[in-house]
Amino acid sequence: MKMRQIVLEQKDLRVDRGGVQILDIPSFCLYENEFVSLIGPNGAGKSTLLLSLMGLMQRRSGTLRYKGEEIRTEADFLQLRRKMAMVLQEPLLFDSTIYDNVASGLKLRGMGRSEIRSRVMTYLERFNLADMAQRSARKLSGGEARRVSLARAFAVEPELIFFDEPFANLDPPTRQALTDDMDRIIREKGISAVLVTHDQSEALRMSDRIVVMNGGRLVQEGTPAAVMNHPVNEFVANFVGMETILEGEVIRNHEQQVAVAVCGQEVDTVGDAEPGDHVYCCIRPENVSVSTSFPKEKTSVRNLFSGTITEISSMGPFLKLRLDCDFQLTSYVTRESFTELALYEGRPVFASFKATSVHIIRRRVA
Amino acid sequence: MDIILEGIIKAFQLLVSLDGEVLNIALLSLKVSGLATLISLVLGISVGTLVALNTFPGKKILVSVVNTGMGLPPVVVGLFVSILLWRNGPLGFLELLYTPTAIVIAQSVIATPIVMGITIGAMQNLPANLRLQILALGATRVQMVWMLVKEARLPLMAGVMAGFGGVISEVGASIMVGGNVRGYTRVLTTATVMETGRGNFDIAIALSVILLLFCFAINIVLTYIQQRERPR
Repeated sequence: MKMRQIVLEQKDLRVDRGGVQILDIPSFCLYENEFVSLIGPNGAGKSTLLLSLMGLMQRRSGTLRYKGEEIRTEADFLQLRRKMAMVLQEPLLFDSTIYDNVASGLKLRGMGRSEIRSRVMTYLERFNLADMAQRSARKLSGGEARRVSLARAFAVEPELIFFDEPFANLDPPTRQALTDDMDRIIREKGISAVLVTHDQSEALRMSDRIVVMNGGRLVQEGTPAAVMNHPVNEFVANFVGMETILEGEVIRNHEQQVAVAVCGQEVDTVGDAEPGDHVYCCIRPENVSVSTSFPKEKTSVRNLFSGTITEISSMGPFLKLRLDCDFQLTSYVTRESFTELALYEGRPVFASFKATSVHIIRRRVA
Repeated sequence: MDIILEGIIKAFQLLVSLDGEVLNIALLSLKVSGLATLISLVLGISVGTLVALNTFPGKKILVSVVNTGMGLPPVVVGLFVSILLWRNGPLGFLELLYTPTAIVIAQSVIATPIVMGITIGAMQNLPANLRLQILALGATRVQMVWMLVKEARLPLMAGVMAGFGGVISEVGASIMVGGNVRGYTRVLTTATVMETGRGNFDIAIALSVILLLFCFAINIVLTYIQQRERPR
């Protein structure tokens, strides 16, 4: 991957509220064309970070640069905000027509009438709102209101866009449709984006990089697979869950029987992914069985890999095994079978899991 | 019963024939109360917005004072404006007592806290993040305040209507600072008081009907505003 230009660079950001420090970020960067997901529990400071980066939060210290230029004064921040857009959890539409809502950011920038008109029409069409243009924004469904707020944000054609849980409380199909629309525009226009989300699969699917926050600090950042498979501490591990995440590419799909190439091996799964799709294979550790001998009888298990145990750690009633089968796998075994199988670090084993235990998520390729 | 029936019939004759004196009284009422409302609108909305959008020590006390002012008894306002404008009073040199201007001043004092109080409430009722959303859309501070006022325009209009309703129907202050001078400071309410006292029920009823019509019109607008929804 070629080195990408840094768009937004924040150093030594500290934010206080009521005399208490709520944000302490030594460094945060956003690269050109990059999609970053910000995850963490409520109160971790995710929204505060986004607001601070837009200059909408009083900060105690911090140096912000946009494409190398320092953003210092209120006027600098205004210019920065005019290159950006933000979509919040509530749609926060204005009490006027859908057309006026989508036009609002352009009017604020002093754009000419005819230019506004063509731009608004473009984005109304992209979000399937064209025949609702003159309808009042007062009586829209949740999904429609979110679409208007997305159209309003994208209509200013930002270089950077922030999303603060924009799809919370939406039903899954609506959420999926909106996420797809948003993803398509972001890629097409090469917009850099930061998404605050609680939905792990959303973060996996869209992000180039995941940043985990807790207590106003960045706890871990890295590619989705790195964060999910190698959490730096217990907090991140608990927060992102314990699933094994494998990056792969679909090689064939025969009647929903999907084969995914992962590190030179083939993982079988079921689903409707197309050959050539880049995917994550997610496998829960409790679904991975370990045996010391090659299973003799024919089983329904389609995925069988040989590997070695690299790490054993205690998980209450279970033991957690890290396995190296050319790719990393995690498995839980009971203490009983652990003793029975006489397992130890370095022991060669066979790991198996059913095709139906593999959950696939399409991933974004930069 | 006859008095009432005759009164009503005669009142409608007066209304239909557009009796000159009744018409002039109604017009003066509209002019005076309209002007007072306009003044309260400028003062009330600007100061109210400022108070609502900023945090400062003593804000709660100030808001309480404004809210108390919303129920200011007109006679008390009449008393203090009279004292101010009294010939030997601090503003006596302006020679405004018993003029329509004096009524406008008194009514502005009554209406301003009403408009201001409703403005503060309306601005604070807007979604908390709306300000951030507007700024994030690229608005300057001035553009943001203007957009917020536009968003709150319906409750603000309700405030203006409430202010107008309050002053057009008050009688205490108007009679004290205006003096109910025929053809000069006689408004609907003061005239109604006087005509009733004289037993001229027909004129009094005619004046009351006009006053009721004004109040009804105001309430139609208020009801319409209250029953609208906010966008998501």
